[in-house]
Amino acid sequence: MESNLSWREYVITRAIRASGYSAVVFVALIFYFLLREGLPALTEVPLGDLFSLRWYPIEKYFGILPLITGSLIVTIGAGLVAVPFGVGTAIFISEIAPRWAREILKPLVELLGGLPSVVLGFLGILVLSPALREMLNLPTGLTALTGSLLLGGIAVPTIVSIAEDALDSVPRAYRDAALALGATRWQTIWRVTLPAAKSGVLTAIMLGVGRSIGETMTVMMVTGNAPVLAATPLALFSPVRTMTATIAAEMGEVASGSVHYHTLFFIGIILFLISLIVNITASSVVFQSKKRAERVLS
Amino acid sequence: MNKIVIERFSLQYADGTESLRNINLTIREKAITVLFGPAGGGKSSLLRCFNRLNDLADLKTVDGRILLDGQDILDPKMDVISLRRKVGMVFARPVVLPMSIRQNICYGLEVMGEKRRAKLDEAVERSLKQSALWDEVKDRLDDPAIALSGGQQQRLCLARSLALEPEVLLLDEPTSGLDPISTSKVEESLQALKQNYTVVLVPHSVQQAARTADYAAFFLQGELIECGEGKNLFTTPADKRTEDYVTGRFG
Repeated sequence: MESNLSWREYVITRAIRASGYSAVVFVALIFYFLLREGLPALTEVPLGDLFSLRWYPIEKYFGILPLITGSLIVTIGAGLVAVPFGVGTAIFISEIAPRWAREILKPLVELLGGLPSVVLGFLGILVLSPALREMLNLPTGLTALTGSLLLGGIAVPTIVSIAEDALDSVPRAYRDAALALGATRWQTIWRVTLPAAKSGVLTAIMLGVGRSIGETMTVMMVTGNAPVLAATPLALFSPVRTMTATIAAEMGEVASGSVHYHTLFFIGIILFLISLIVNITASSVVFQSKKRAERVLS
Repeated sequence: MNKIVIERFSLQYADGTESLRNINLTIREKAITVLFGPAGGGKSSLLRCFNRLNDLADLKTVDGRILLDGQDILDPKMDVISLRRKVGMVFARPVVLPMSIRQNICYGLEVMGEKRRAKLDEAVERSLKQSALWDEVKDRLDDPAIALSGGQQQRLCLARSLALEPEVLLLDEPTSGLDPISTSKVEESLQALKQNYTVVLVPHSVQQAARTADYAAFFLQGELIECGEGKNLFTTPADKRTEDYVTGRFG
């Protein structure tokens, strides 16, 4: 009996450890293949050409700057849409809505987060882009703005869900104390609740924005996919092509091992680095505030 | 002078946990009135009605009247914000807001729209002296308030309420988390404060009730059993239940 128990103990411990290590191994493998397939691009394409303004891979122009700026402008646009909207919704759900509304809204918003992005892209093509073309009198409705609005919509559920958790975990006593001093509800939210939940809200924003950088399907469907440098904010109203859409659209047709193939993987490396930076920034913000809390408590 | 008059007041929470039944009580001006009794008796609930902080809770029924200077504060048309400036509150656990010591005290004044630096500085010094904290913090007013000790934080919360120059001061077990020295400091400041303020205190022990009370009211399971002058109530209670509680037979 005893030996049987210790044997089970042994197997379970090993199984859990193996699954834990496998996650690390998979990430390492992904990174290894990304580097192996992508780094040759640096030797095959001169650095000056790689960071030039023309992306016509058939004619051997491998300038990825238009793709990077395309991703950036769509993501920044999405952030501008999603942050005020998402944080506002989180504040409404956690601080203002009556309890029954909160119990409906929160799951509903989280359900929205599970909506396949291809469905959103479909709505974008059918509804949003014709509407934008009409309203703003543009030559085409497939623009960076269309992508930004939809990506914003994708980021909102993430932001709402995490920011609401953070606001909700601010002790009741803070609100009571501010209200008892004669602060209005809005003053309490703005000066007390929101600063107290700052690190959680920042994490929410980072994760929401991080999600919109990596999003592929929607932007491929609605941004028009023209590899044009987005140098000014006005580029918001013209078609752009993002890094993710480029990889998704061209990877299927590229000859394995060609310069084009390696360059696509190189774009993947850049994308990987960008989301790594976003994630590190997010966790360091949280880490900092944790350290502060520990210092205060000790 | 009567400051607060409670008439036939009843209250029930939606989840049925705690309630108050038909409370009639008068709270005198410029004196310490102590509301005491075993936990769950409705003392804190009543206290939180005086500044309408119970508005946020899930209430099933509220009935009767609470008059502050003759005005019914339960009236839906009552300006709750100005009521809360007139009726300050200190909670059981010190809640310092996530800002500096000075900002904590100025917060109430700033949300009122006070911007003059001189006025704010004056309020900071006055209220910190009133709560016997000035000497300990005067050199580090811009430090984060969270760095203060528990007793200091609680006195900071007291100062924060006093900065608004309220007429009534509500204290909900203000010394429950404090050591004996801090407790006696808070109690001393209360004795000084009652010259100018109406103080309503929910004490954390019968001993504290007896030490501080000018007037006292004994609550048991949502009912007001007995009220009167402190020196009578703690020595010769009229009701058997009060006597049992005061002498420590239960509770």
